[in-house]
Amino acid sequence: MRTLVRPAQYTALALYIVFLGFPLLWLLSASVKSSEELNSLTVSLLPTEWRWDNYSQALERQGLVRSSANSLVVALVSTALVVVIALPGAYALARFRGAMRALGTGWILVSQVFPVILVILPLFLILRTVELTDSLVGLTLVHTTYTLPFALWMLQGYVSAIPRDLEEAGSMDGAGRASVLRQIVFPLLMPGIVATAMFSFVSSWNEFFFALVLLQSPENYTLPITLKMFIGGEGKVALGPLAAGSILAAVPSIVFFSIMQKRLTGGLLSGAVKG
Amino acid sequence: MSTATAPARTSARPPGPPRRSGAATRARRREAAALVLPSLLPVLVLSVAPLVVGIALAFTDARLVRRPEYSVVGLENFERLLGNGFFWESFRIGMVWAVSVTLLQLVAGMGLALLLAADLRLQGLTRVLALIPWAMPPVVVAIMWRMIYSPNAGPLNAALGSVGLPDDVNWLADFSTALPAVVVVGVWVGMPQTTVTLLAGLQQIPGELHEAASMDGAGAWRRFTAVTLPSLRPIVTSITSLNFIWNFNSFSLVYVLTEGGPGGKTMLPMLFTYLEAFKNRNIGYAAAMGVVLVVVVVALLTVYLWSQLREEKGAR
Repeated sequence: MRTLVRPAQYTALALYIVFLGFPLLWLLSASVKSSEELNSLTVSLLPTEWRWDNYSQALERQGLVRSSANSLVVALVSTALVVVIALPGAYALARFRGAMRALGTGWILVSQVFPVILVILPLFLILRTVELTDSLVGLTLVHTTYTLPFALWMLQGYVSAIPRDLEEAGSMDGAGRASVLRQIVFPLLMPGIVATAMFSFVSSWNEFFFALVLLQSPENYTLPITLKMFIGGEGKVALGPLAAGSILAAVPSIVFFSIMQKRLTGGLLSGAVKG
Repeated sequence: MSTATAPARTSARPPGPPRRSGAATRARRREAAALVLPSLLPVLVLSVAPLVVGIALAFTDARLVRRPEYSVVGLENFERLLGNGFFWESFRIGMVWAVSVTLLQLVAGMGLALLLAADLRLQGLTRVLALIPWAMPPVVVAIMWRMIYSPNAGPLNAALGSVGLPDDVNWLADFSTALPAVVVVGVWVGMPQTTVTLLAGLQQIPGELHEAASMDGAGAWRRFTAVTLPSLRPIVTSITSLNFIWNFNSFSLVYVLTEGGPGGKTMLPMLFTYLEAFKNRNIGYAAAMGVVLVVVVVALLTVYLWSQLREEKGAR
């Protein structure tokens, strides 16, 4: 009985690895295959010859560079906005008790339940009256709004983790509130700020729905929209460049998650779930 | 000012907080307000206000046209919605999707979390693999799985063919396979969060509990049901609730995979509402759909959380 446990565990682990990893491998392999090989009926994971020109083709054609630049600008600006807005709010949320905290937490939860469609309808009308619908400025505002609640939640978790005693010790030593915040809280909070910033960046970079609704002209498209447009015409898809472009689009968030891996498994979400 | 507040806060813990001076409390309030206002204003303007307006829209006949003129029509949208068979069919599909994805995520995530908690080789690789789906843009995930499911050049059909099974299934375009096929992708995408959360929970269970159970002669399965599951219960409840909400509200993945086809077989409620708003341009009607969806989801969650709470109390 005991001897059977290990092999069973390894079999299960192998199945998980295949389920989780194979699609990624396939995408990678498609990105280095020639179009003849991609359309041939003999299917194999390893390409017969490695072709890197899918990547250069993806970058040359179809506005991928332009939409990457758009995505980058929107993600960077909305990240900056989210952090600047969320920092004081998260501090207050974590440190002050009472009705405000309850309301704040309640709102964060509610904002997770509501479907984005109910938010985008009025936002669309509002943005249209100020002529910001087909615009990256409008999209940046929407991304900021959309990321803010969870960023607040993340950051307040990091603030709560800083012992109050440290701040109080600082105050006892005669340091003013502002300098306590600047010299004690802020340095300790830096990893949390970095994590929140990266989270905001990735959610904006990956975001599809709002961009789909708001952006109309191709020169404003963000990366996900451009990729979606690649597969618009059925059959006429250049699969190789599409796979290459997809991989390029996934790079920022994969880098983020590799850096965050330890922290994430450490309990970012468990903290968020337990409140 | 700040030095006065600090001692007051230290002593605000039990036993018996002494009365703070009114001035210090007021100062603290002002400070809190100054800190919260910069984040409160954008949230109010960009998040709370649109939501309130969105709900209000549900009671109008607003259309998405230049120079919109609309009037309040009361409950008319909701009455129309009651008789809209397509909406309720989409609602049914949404429930099937959300419930099956959530359940499978839980079962698969639990299995993976247990394996990751056990002392096995290949841990590092599995951990990274378990996180990547989370990191990928939904559009890229959808593109990738379209390649996997591709009827002619896809690896899935090739693998099936090589073991003598039918190899000509058009997974995403066949009426009977489209919904199960997108459910699998949904599980793939959502498993990481569930796994990571459950793993964190598993690591918080004190090892002595398991040891005590083994001493009492409990086998692996018995230890799982008697020790692990009860300890994880609050975490399981939260992650399934969150997963259910996220799945029910999901849009991008299925939109890119199938656009709701074939024949509406994967028309999730969010896709249906999106089409009503931005293709048929009936935003008042679409808002009413959104309101109905929120109400139903909140009702279901309330029932679920309430029953979980009762069971938890009963178990003690």
